[in-house]
Amino acid sequence: MSVRDIQLDDKGRLRHFLTVEGLSRQILTDILDTAESFATVGEQAVKKVPLLRGKTITNLFFESSTRTRTTFELAAKRLSADVLNINVATSSTSKGESMLDMLRNLEAMHCDMFVVRHNRSGAAHFIARHVAPHISVINGGDGCHAHPTQAMLDMFTIRRHKGEFNKLKVAIVGDILHSRVARSQIHALSILGAHEIRVIGPKTLIPRDASTFGVHVVHDLRAGLSDVDAVLMLRLQRERMEGAFLPSEHEYFQLYGLNEDTLAHAKPDAIVLHPGPINRGVEIDSRVADGARSVILEQVTNGIAVRMAVMAMVLGRGNADEGEVRRPGAER
Amino acid sequence: MKRIVIAGGHVVDPANSTDEVRDVFVSDGKILAIGSAPAGFEADLVIDAQRLVVCPGLIDLRVRPREPGQEHKGTIASECAAAVSGGITTLCCPPDTDPINDTPAVTDLILHRANEAGTARIVTLGAMTRELRGEKLAEMGALQRAGCVGVSNAQRPIADLTVLRRAFEYAASLGLRVFIHAEDPALAKGCINESAVSARLGLTGVPEIAETIAVSRDLLLIQHTGVSAHFCGLSTARAVQMVARAQYDGLPVTADVAVHHLHLTEMDAADFNTQCHVRPPLRTTRDRDALRSSVQRGTLAAVCSDHQPHDPDAKEVPFSESEPGISGVETLLPLLLRVQTDLRMTLRDALARVTSGPAQILGLSSGTLGVGRDADICIFDPNESWMLDPNQLKSRGRNTPFSGWEMRGRVRWTLVGGKVVYGKA
Repeated sequence: MSVRDIQLDDKGRLRHFLTVEGLSRQILTDILDTAESFATVGEQAVKKVPLLRGKTITNLFFESSTRTRTTFELAAKRLSADVLNINVATSSTSKGESMLDMLRNLEAMHCDMFVVRHNRSGAAHFIARHVAPHISVINGGDGCHAHPTQAMLDMFTIRRHKGEFNKLKVAIVGDILHSRVARSQIHALSILGAHEIRVIGPKTLIPRDASTFGVHVVHDLRAGLSDVDAVLMLRLQRERMEGAFLPSEHEYFQLYGLNEDTLAHAKPDAIVLHPGPINRGVEIDSRVADGARSVILEQVTNGIAVRMAVMAMVLGRGNADEGEVRRPGAER
Repeated sequence: MKRIVIAGGHVVDPANSTDEVRDVFVSDGKILAIGSAPAGFEADLVIDAQRLVVCPGLIDLRVRPREPGQEHKGTIASECAAAVSGGITTLCCPPDTDPINDTPAVTDLILHRANEAGTARIVTLGAMTRELRGEKLAEMGALQRAGCVGVSNAQRPIADLTVLRRAFEYAASLGLRVFIHAEDPALAKGCINESAVSARLGLTGVPEIAETIAVSRDLLLIQHTGVSAHFCGLSTARAVQMVARAQYDGLPVTADVAVHHLHLTEMDAADFNTQCHVRPPLRTTRDRDALRSSVQRGTLAAVCSDHQPHDPDAKEVPFSESEPGISGVETLLPLLLRVQTDLRMTLRDALARVTSGPAQILGLSSGTLGVGRDADICIFDPNESWMLDPNQLKSRGRNTPFSGWEMRGRVRWTLVGGKVVYGKA
């Protein structure tokens, strides 16, 4: 069974959302369009739609996270689902219970969906392969492999500002090697037909075979930013100084930090994205992070709509045999 | 002692270039004659081997029965029984047991348990350094006297080159062959081949240079110290190329490959399939093809199962947390026959890689059907096809990536020292 097959049902609909890789442009566009219809829910007085009433969604976080977990929780609650948050770092696996035993127990409590975050690549696939057939799995980030909802909220944000993807030049800057966000962004951008994708960073932080992903590898920040429409910054993990990937944060900021000078090489209306949390003064200067071209906080808001869209598409599938999720926008 | 005649079989004995239908006569645990019956020979048992191949029992260069130390994964008794059902009559165990085989007591224990089990023969490799730590030399002389046929540091590469050099020198003075897992420890911290596949999966890769740098360095040390050396389980095209070159230059080096490296590539692990987590990792198609042609040419004189049985939990975890290895003794022969078919090798050449080839590497007198030798014999149907179902495996380890594969070649009888240890006696 290939990586692709497992996340689609026999009608080609999204059954799990584990990775962007291998999905069709149609499915990605559906996610973005559905998210668009959910985007206004948060602005209403009653921030809820009853789409997933009676469903139970479990946030299974084996790795700590505030933003991702919170936005998943909010997304589920706005869809009227019941939400269970399990922080596994402090839970049963530390008592020696195996991951599979824990899954069996949660299944016995009749959960409908697991949102999984884990520090091991492939963990979400592993869980998807082992859960009962009625349960869906959404990958909230696995190791260095994938973070598909993050990539989709980035695409959503870019599309809202820039329209269609086919004319866009996009730069992804930083630690590509260890970034699940970058991997998912690259797949999403190429599936959605971005004109050019550049990855920018030192050789130590870019996979050797990166060009096979259909990206241009650039080691000079200024050259790489030249004429781009969107700059996708990545968070630099502090532990990268350990494995001889980088000499120091200071040098990294000198060479790859985004500040107003370096951003000047991009198009004048270029937007700046960052998945958070930000290391100010390491990968990005505060004046850029808080500046007019930054859409970093919008990303957080958009994250809720995109996660609602994914949950609704995945769980809304079985409910009705109409196949499509009814979008609240369509009723208005 | 029983007298046995194996009648009408196609005898393939690579060491003696035999490849024809002959009768094989066994008496007192030895091969008594091939061809016509010695005067007055009366058989207690007649094995009808018509349409079957009769060859020397297979010698598997690398098998971890998991005993002592990890009996929940396998025992000497369980894995030897599995091995003989796959036609293997001798298996060679690396020293990374628990406790480490760095003292004669551990060697004695392993050999004693094998004797008790009474199926396959076991030969052992002793530790090259104490507790395999790569710091102090193990008592290689004592291990040799206890029966170890060579020394190795198993998959714990020695980082200190002075220790490595001394270990080679010391082994050379005892006439012991060193068995090397060529891997630079600092470069080999991943769990899959480093390539576009590892980049895509977000898994830390083991680059090709982890192996090639170690091989090139070790070749210099082999030349420098004059030790006889064997490279275990090569996985890359360039490493085999270097070994071929060294052999051409007259260096006393041999090498083997694990049979799964002749069939699988990194792509088979590309859906996080933990059954394909092996060490060294599965490499590219180019590497696999180079390994195959090196088996054909003989640069790789042995093909082994690299048998590593696991309990289910070892593989039921995310990829990088899973334990490497495949339960392989029962698929060694059919997977070798598949390579033979694919490359149009003669059966004799293919079987040499699991009989005379490994026998020579281990310095054993077995691996042949020569008159007077131990009657370690494998009798198999070369045409029988069967589907691999992991639940049917006799090994305690059901971990195999070959589930559902069509296998050709089924062992019918296995004899060790003239005793039927597998088949209907």
